[in-house]
Amino acid sequence: MDKMPKWADVVLIPVISILLAAIISALVILAIGENPVEALNLMVNGALGSTYGWGYTLYYATNFLFTGLAVAVAAHAGLFNIGGEGQAMLGGLGVALFCLYLPLPHWTIALVVAAVGAGLFGAAWAAIPAYLQAKRGSHIVITTIMFNFIAFSVLNYMLVEVLKPQGAMDPASAKFPAATHLPSLHDILAPLGIAFSKSAPANVTLFVALAACVFVWALIWRTPLGYEIRALGKSEPATRYAGISSVRIIMITMLISGALCGLMAINNVMGEAERLVLNATEGAGFIGIAVALMGRNHPVGVLLAAILFGFLYQGGAELALWSNIPTELIVVIQALVILFTGALDNMVRMPIEKLFLAFRKEKA
Amino acid sequence: MDFLTLVQVLDSTVRLATPLLLACLAGLFSERAGIFDIGLEGKMLMAAFFSAAVAAMTGNVWMGLLAGIGSSLALSGLHGAASITFRGNQLISGVAINFLASGLTVLIAQSWFQQGGRTPSLLSGGRFEPIELPFAIGPTEATEAGRRLSDLLSEANVLQQIYSELISGHSIIVYIAGLCVFLTWWVLFRTRFGLRLRAVGENPAAVDTAGISVIRLRFAAVAICGILCGIAGAYLATGLQAGFVKEMTSGRGFIALAALIFAKWRPVAALWACLLFGLLQAIALRFQSIDLGGFVVPVQFMEALPYILTVVILAGFVGKAVPPKAGGQPYVKER
Repeated sequence: MDKMPKWADVVLIPVISILLAAIISALVILAIGENPVEALNLMVNGALGSTYGWGYTLYYATNFLFTGLAVAVAAHAGLFNIGGEGQAMLGGLGVALFCLYLPLPHWTIALVVAAVGAGLFGAAWAAIPAYLQAKRGSHIVITTIMFNFIAFSVLNYMLVEVLKPQGAMDPASAKFPAATHLPSLHDILAPLGIAFSKSAPANVTLFVALAACVFVWALIWRTPLGYEIRALGKSEPATRYAGISSVRIIMITMLISGALCGLMAINNVMGEAERLVLNATEGAGFIGIAVALMGRNHPVGVLLAAILFGFLYQGGAELALWSNIPTELIVVIQALVILFTGALDNMVRMPIEKLFLAFRKEKA
Repeated sequence: MDFLTLVQVLDSTVRLATPLLLACLAGLFSERAGIFDIGLEGKMLMAAFFSAAVAAMTGNVWMGLLAGIGSSLALSGLHGAASITFRGNQLISGVAINFLASGLTVLIAQSWFQQGGRTPSLLSGGRFEPIELPFAIGPTEATEAGRRLSDLLSEANVLQQIYSELISGHSIIVYIAGLCVFLTWWVLFRTRFGLRLRAVGENPAAVDTAGISVIRLRFAAVAICGILCGIAGAYLATGLQAGFVKEMTSGRGFIALAALIFAKWRPVAALWACLLFGLLQAIALRFQSIDLGGFVVPVQFMEALPYILTVVILAGFVGKAVPPKAGGQPYVKER
């Protein structure tokens, strides 16, 4: 037996990786002549010190939950879906088209219809790379990167040439009808007697995202399809031998992944902006990569990581407001998290494994 | 559209293709050695910032170039450590490098120059100036004659127009990039180092059996990739433009990656692919929307075309693109 105990793999290594990322982030802040402790204080106060801060933190976390789950689902099948950004953009387009052109009398109906639109458009955008990977062996990482750029051009075209109201200057769609307004956390919590900031954008989509967590958990670990997805991720020849069609699994997995990314749009496009703007996704598709890596592709881990990144985003915005540190600090932190929990995983893992082995030998 | 306009579009094609070409050749070295690199974008961005920053501070563009190459090499070292030494996922490492560059450049720029994440505009010594070849009509001839350059050019004959606009008047990096194509071909296909480098991307175990270090070869390839990305980034900030602006690579690293696939990992084909993608950029820059006899091609389509073409090539509908066989897999020596 030369393996680490499970808790070390699931808890210890991610915690060490994140500590390393945090230490280097602190050094970066020191290097640009600012005080890391003060910066952390500002971030905690700004993101968690008020219901307004929490409202933004949870709003961002909702975005990252969807994209993080999307990357995680694909990762279980051994696919690296780097196209979350494009799929989320297309999801936004779906939400905008459905909200603007369908008669939606009440927000509950609007939510369901918009979710269908977002999911369909997101899945459709993932379908072509998925098909090319499954049938023709084109590397899905490259094709999804290309589709991110194509998505941007499609969105740009649709906003400038089709959806922009006459006479408007900026490339954005018209405002959605009032009936599609989603209740914010303030609206939901007020009847329960809990005061929550009115101006924060967190809304009912948060609960959709939490439901998506449960759905992904059940899908991956409690259904035959989930078993097939995980099997494909472990060994392609073994799945073929077991009579599982890899083409089918790749297609289904990527459609689910794309739909999850698309669903993000009901939070940022419908819940917050209530119209489609060009830069609606704000890089959330890429954050999904960091979130999934950090959360070890498990819904619970993804939830925790999404909240952490929600905190970083809101804290970073506050930091830029009250200090001389630009919001790009968050991009650096994000890069370090991806680096340590993803690419340099072995750097952390190997010494710890050795340590555990040495410890065990002494005992024996 | 008159002939001079066409020549001017081609001239701008050459300028825009240069950073693509350098980054594409960078990726070619790395991927031929079996190391996927989607961090070309980040390395170019880092080099663009450091070259512009150092050129602004010293007033010497060559110092800037060195700094750019140095910073790009540092990121290459990181990529090498992650994907060769620690056998991590090369794609994830590339993603991390892109974000690292995109965040750090703005952070450092703001801390050094306080100009909202950009460097000061570079003056003449801090930039790569256009080189006027002998007998070409350039700004000096225009001042001597006391007339506008565009008038002089439009009066010149066709050959003189091509020579003066298209061939003369580029900065030294453009000519170096052209030379690099030949050099890359020669190194990869006519030297022992190149043979080994290609072998390590196809079958590293065989190279190892022959008693050659896989790790050293792959690090060498990654280092060459860093140097070329460094030159590409420096050209962006000190040749094509006068200073660094946030996110100034704007996807060029990925277009270079697309060109690499389009060229099927071959140096001379890479030149043509980059010129094609450069032409698309030049057209999109010069004409907003193109009217093809009643059917208007939107500018967004022109911008997306390199990516669409790459997907088509990847799909194998127009000739199959087969990447190096051992690409993306860390090499584990047998015990």
